[in-house]
Amino acid sequence: MISDGVITDSEVMRREAALDRQFLTVNDLAVAFPTEDGLVRAVDGVSLSLEKGKTLAIVGESGSGKSVTAQAIMGLVNRKAAKVTGEIWLDGQELVAMPDDDVQALRGDEMAMIFQDPMSSLHPFYRIGDQIVEAIRAHRSMGRSFARREALEMLRHVGIPAVERRIDAYPHQLSGGMRQRVMIAMALINSPDLLIADEPTTALDVTVQAQIMELIQSLQAEFGTTVILITHDLGIVADVADEVAVMYGGRIVELGPTRAIYDNPEMPYTLGLLSSIPRMDRDPNKRLDPIRGNPPSPIKLPKGCVFQPRCNYFERVPGGRCFTERPELLEAELDHSVRCHIPHEERQQIANDVLHALTGGPTPL
Amino acid sequence: MAAYLVRRVVGMVVLLFLLSVTVFVLFNLLPGDPARLTCGKACTPQIIEANRHRLGLDQPVLTQYTNFVKGIFFGRTFSEDSPEPIICHAPCLGYSYNRHQQVLAAIADAAPVTFWLAVGAFLIWIVVGISMGILAALNRGSWVDRTIMGISLIGYSMPSFFIGLLLIFFVIIRFNWLPFPSYVSPFDNPIQFLQTMILPWIVLAVLNAAFYMRLTRNQVLEVFGDDYIRTARAKGLPERVVVVKHALRAGLTPIVTAAGLDLAYLLGGAIISENIFNLPGLGSLAVGSVLNSDLPLITGITLVTATIIIFANLVVDLLYAVIDPRVRVG
Ligand SMILES: Nc1ncnc2c1ncn2[C@@H]1O[C@H](COP(=O)(O)OP(=O)(O)OP(=O)(O)O)[C@@H](O)[C@H]1O
Ligand code: SF4
Ligand SMILES: [Mg+2]
Repeated sequence: MISDGVITDSEVMRREAALDRQFLTVNDLAVAFPTEDGLVRAVDGVSLSLEKGKTLAIVGESGSGKSVTAQAIMGLVNRKAAKVTGEIWLDGQELVAMPDDDVQALRGDEMAMIFQDPMSSLHPFYRIGDQIVEAIRAHRSMGRSFARREALEMLRHVGIPAVERRIDAYPHQLSGGMRQRVMIAMALINSPDLLIADEPTTALDVTVQAQIMELIQSLQAEFGTTVILITHDLGIVADVADEVAVMYGGRIVELGPTRAIYDNPEMPYTLGLLSSIPRMDRDPNKRLDPIRGNPPSPIKLPKGCVFQPRCNYFERVPGGRCFTERPELLEAELDHSVRCHIPHEERQQIANDVLHALTGGPTPL
Repeated sequence: MAAYLVRRVVGMVVLLFLLSVTVFVLFNLLPGDPARLTCGKACTPQIIEANRHRLGLDQPVLTQYTNFVKGIFFGRTFSEDSPEPIICHAPCLGYSYNRHQQVLAAIADAAPVTFWLAVGAFLIWIVVGISMGILAALNRGSWVDRTIMGISLIGYSMPSFFIGLLLIFFVIIRFNWLPFPSYVSPFDNPIQFLQTMILPWIVLAVLNAAFYMRLTRNQVLEVFGDDYIRTARAKGLPERVVVVKHALRAGLTPIVTAAGLDLAYLLGGAIISENIFNLPGLGSLAVGSVLNSDLPLITGITLVTATIIIFANLVVDLLYAVIDPRVRVG
């Protein structure tokens, strides 16, 4: 076992090899919006990496910076309105310093994104087929009729019935689930290597949610797409994600393989998140009050640990460091990093106690 | 769509019918003797009675109305029993004894002036208003935006008659940049036409141009925040395509509607402009007819302008249905 921040030689070699395989690497990404009320630090020092074909889930409360992180990767953050710093490496290319035109060429081609609300995400004035054709022709010089045939094929592929008719429909003529299928078809039409799905099922009926997630997963398996899934639904995460990043106050507070996050969560905020989801194996009467208090304002973040005002354990840290010193995101176990001043073993102990109280045993996946 | 069209046209006809009744009743039942108003100072009891008979004012109101409507569809004859009866062909809107002219002819003489005035002002306000609005939106928060919004505020707060008088004083009287306005048809003397019209166009366009700068800017900015614009960018479309094909298409649609209606209401603003610049258009004609209590002419002008406005409404609604597919279902 590796204790906080200490790394052996063989470990260094293993990591360098892993780094070579990394398809997406984000280093110290920060996005700040100057506003009339002050500087909004929406994302502050996010680092993560992801292998090709894997799925990373980003979870966290509203306003924690998930969407802004995703939009920064896509180059969708308006550079006039925000200051973006750090590095984003996608398949060997750095995106933050890249000229706008070059990022634009990658968007929709190498990397694509689908959004929460499929109604408002499609242009209300254009037929869905034309919107997909437009996506094709933005990146490939192809005749209209060829592109249309390809769009038709893709729409069929994402499970839209009677495509010959539907391809000429306007978005308002389709149901929410169908529209999200159209968005997925449009995102995947140029076979991107990276797909970012920002709460793709939140706006849909519960019955449709599972279908859309299944569709994303099966297409991912088919095309070998790397996926970043942003969601509030920790139930989905357990099923689909290889890695989980927990965000709080614009930064990642816990990062690791899905199993590690579910079995051995260490950051008090992650513990709170996990204990607030209803699960079959838990005694419903013993459900903990999720997390007291409100998320911090991104304009006035606490000086020390950003989670401190809501944390139940800051008294365990001597010298009031939780008030004065920002904890680093440090590796606690293999590939499992945590941002908290409490020592690793003590965190494990706390987690055990909390989860034990909920289930009467360790949480199975 | 066809059913919608039929419904709208039927509605339009009904509306015009009700309007004609209202106008007719209003102007004929008002206190005061319309026959007395036909001859001014030259009135003697004999002339008044003669005119009453010639105008058909001695008949019941209902008969007067049906004669009026019949005249529109089949034409009619005034002063039938006099040696020189006045034959008014369909569509006959009546006869102005005050001007000794058929109402339709008076309107037809004045209408082109107002038409050119409106078209020129419309073009100026649309081109200036929308392009400046887009420019401001694309440069939001910069000095370009602030300058344009400042101009808009000034244009917005200056009464048009004041702008008109200022322009006349400086451009025509003080600096002699333009000759005194004197209307000619653009087909007879295009240079003089432009020299005459440019100031009235500006006066008439200023308020709407100022308004459309603001409207366009806000509309475009609002659309820029919409999710489908983010989708368009996420597809990797060039910013130019995102702006023109996606943002402006959606953002300018309501502006097209507003512009169509404002064009119709421009007729109201034309009164001021025409009177300041002494243009013989519908606005001047309307003012003159009111001052002379020329009832047939007032009735005719009111109905014609109302028809134009109602028709413009219909055209705008149809246009909207063509532009925005979501409207078509209804
Ligand atoms: N254009 C912007 N200007 C100013 N502040 C912004 C802007 N975009 C986002 N923010 C702020 O950045 C913070 C993070 O926003 P973000 O959308 O990433 O949250 P999120 O984690 O995706 O939340 P949700 O779950 O509600 O989608 C929020 O406080 C938000 O108000
Ligand atoms: S650093 Fe302190 S305040 Fe922050 S999570 Fe750990 S114990 Fe709580
Ligand atoms: Mg979000």
